[in-house]
Amino acid sequence: MTLQVRDLRVVFQTKSGAIHAVDGVDLDVGAGEVVGLVGESGSGKSVTLRAIARLLHANATVSGGVSWRGADLLAMDEAAMRPIRGGQIGIVFQEPMAALNPVLPIGLQIDESLVAHTDLDRAARRRRALELLDQVGIAAGATRLGQYPHEFSGGMRQRAMIAIALAANPALLLADEPTTALDVTIQDQILRLLLRLKDELGMALLLVTHDLGVVAQTCEKVVVMYAGRVCEWGPTADVFARPNHAYTQALLRAMPGTGAMPGTGATAETLIPIPGMAPRLDAPSPGCAFTPRCTVSEPLCATARPPLVVEHARAFACHGRGRL
Amino acid sequence: MSVLLDVSGLERRFAGARGMGDMIARRPRPVVHALSGVSLQVQDGETLGIVGESGCGKSTLARCMVRLIEPDAGRIVFDGQDVLALDGPARRGFNRAVQMVFQDPYASLNPRKTVHATLAEALRVHRIVPEAGIAARVLELLDLVQLPASAAGRHPHEFSGGQRQRIGIARALSVQPRLIIADEPVSALDVSVQAQIVNLFMDLQRRLGLTLVFITHDLRLVRHMAHRVAVMYLGRVVETGPVAEIFAAPRHPYTQALLRAVPQMTPRELRGEPAVSGELPSPLAPPPGCAFHPRCPVAEARCARELPALERRGGGWPVACLRAGG
Repeated sequence: MTLQVRDLRVVFQTKSGAIHAVDGVDLDVGAGEVVGLVGESGSGKSVTLRAIARLLHANATVSGGVSWRGADLLAMDEAAMRPIRGGQIGIVFQEPMAALNPVLPIGLQIDESLVAHTDLDRAARRRRALELLDQVGIAAGATRLGQYPHEFSGGMRQRAMIAIALAANPALLLADEPTTALDVTIQDQILRLLLRLKDELGMALLLVTHDLGVVAQTCEKVVVMYAGRVCEWGPTADVFARPNHAYTQALLRAMPGTGAMPGTGATAETLIPIPGMAPRLDAPSPGCAFTPRCTVSEPLCATARPPLVVEHARAFACHGRGRL
Repeated sequence: MSVLLDVSGLERRFAGARGMGDMIARRPRPVVHALSGVSLQVQDGETLGIVGESGCGKSTLARCMVRLIEPDAGRIVFDGQDVLALDGPARRGFNRAVQMVFQDPYASLNPRKTVHATLAEALRVHRIVPEAGIAARVLELLDLVQLPASAAGRHPHEFSGGQRQRIGIARALSVQPRLIIADEPVSALDVSVQAQIVNLFMDLQRRLGLTLVFITHDLRLVRHMAHRVAVMYLGRVVETGPVAEIFAAPRHPYTQALLRAVPQMTPRELRGEPAVSGELPSPLAPPPGCAFHPRCPVAEARCARELPALERRGGGWPVACLRAGG
């Protein structure tokens, strides 16, 4: 196993009290695997990703274990972390415009990564930068290296950010909603690019998204999160066909276009919405966080947190699985 | 079915931003071609989905249809009346009959007003009910959008995103419109809450006989709730017709690409060539001929010269492609 997260917890101290954004997350990413981390707003999926890369602000208290190739990332000092973050582990964010430096040419930003993580000399770095742009599908690389982020379109910026993340040949790419801000035809291009690069470079991919369709198209494994906790994980096809957690089932039923008869316009079956709204994170439920919105809950669900039961290639944390 | 709203040849250009360099060189202000001749019809009682990617002009079109933006050219006919010529009481009547629901209900609700005050204002301005009946009508509206009566005394910030969108819908309904134009009304919402609002729209349509124009970038939603669809690309409608037929057999290469690019729920691994290469051209300088030709896999030489009109071309619904039907 390449990345192993155990009982990860992140608590933010805010003026209005402690926010338990991640509340005991377990997940694994194997070498060369594509794993989708899916959930709605406030589920803790992005915070989990940032905690793995140790990118959270000082008001976050992180506990638990993040083991990367046998070393505990959370216990490392910043100097030991530096060659790993951006080196062995690359990161791609949702908003390339916010993640790229607006006053530096793209070439210089790729170069920064190469200086930090490789021993290449200046000429070799330039060759490598051109090669990277070509790899991510940016044409006219020599011109593009000298351009600034604002001269790139949204899709091209995301490609540039992927090039920077790939500069040091990472073994794992963490991608936080990399296509959410993009149009659907550009999303299609970027997702295919990520999968092709994964194959060519043999890296693993942890993809955070709110879109179950994106997961279905790209991820062999899926981890479903709700209120800072893992509901279930397993092979995507199995989880979507036979969810083991009441929340996963409810989420799939709320999606348009999942019914047996898609393509029937307004005559299609009604969606089954999930009643209520996302839970507050300042006072975690002693039981299952989904209980107030769950249609198959029983008294036990409100008081006892269901353990994450691992069965064959799947895991789930739901008292009500037998009733689904 | 009769045509409730008939839009033809709608054009709208905006002056773009001019940089310092352009000013010094005395270059003219760039012009964004937001709408370049949009024609479509909305049938009474149906849901028309308008889809397209960013910059295709769908939001400008929505705003033109309710006259928040005046078009530069073209005609809008609502229920037999020339909308662009309306003024005085007739204009107010139109404003009542056609209402808009926005993407961000928080930005479109007055944060200092209670829900009651917001809804009562519309009722008063349009004299929908006598003063004594306002409180009862507000409660009726809240019930219609499935909010509790207690919501009336609260302010927008006390509600979640989904509840705020319900308030936005209640406000639109307060003046008893015939047509609601909803611009990305569920894009900011999570899937679980999005389903609540989608069901509400469909339920309201059934109960009140509303006509709905639903503008979205999400094809899955269109397939779910619209009867007919208009696909836009760079300021023009490229294909329009019944949802079931177009989703089953799209005729325009752009519609085909768009449908291929939508993530399916059936697990598979994306491999090979993308649905369409390249990016949306700049609306500052739309390509000549068919605007899609630089990205089109089946484009011919004439596609770069001739502008294809939106016509049936031997099929069951209009499509703006020179290669369709031939």
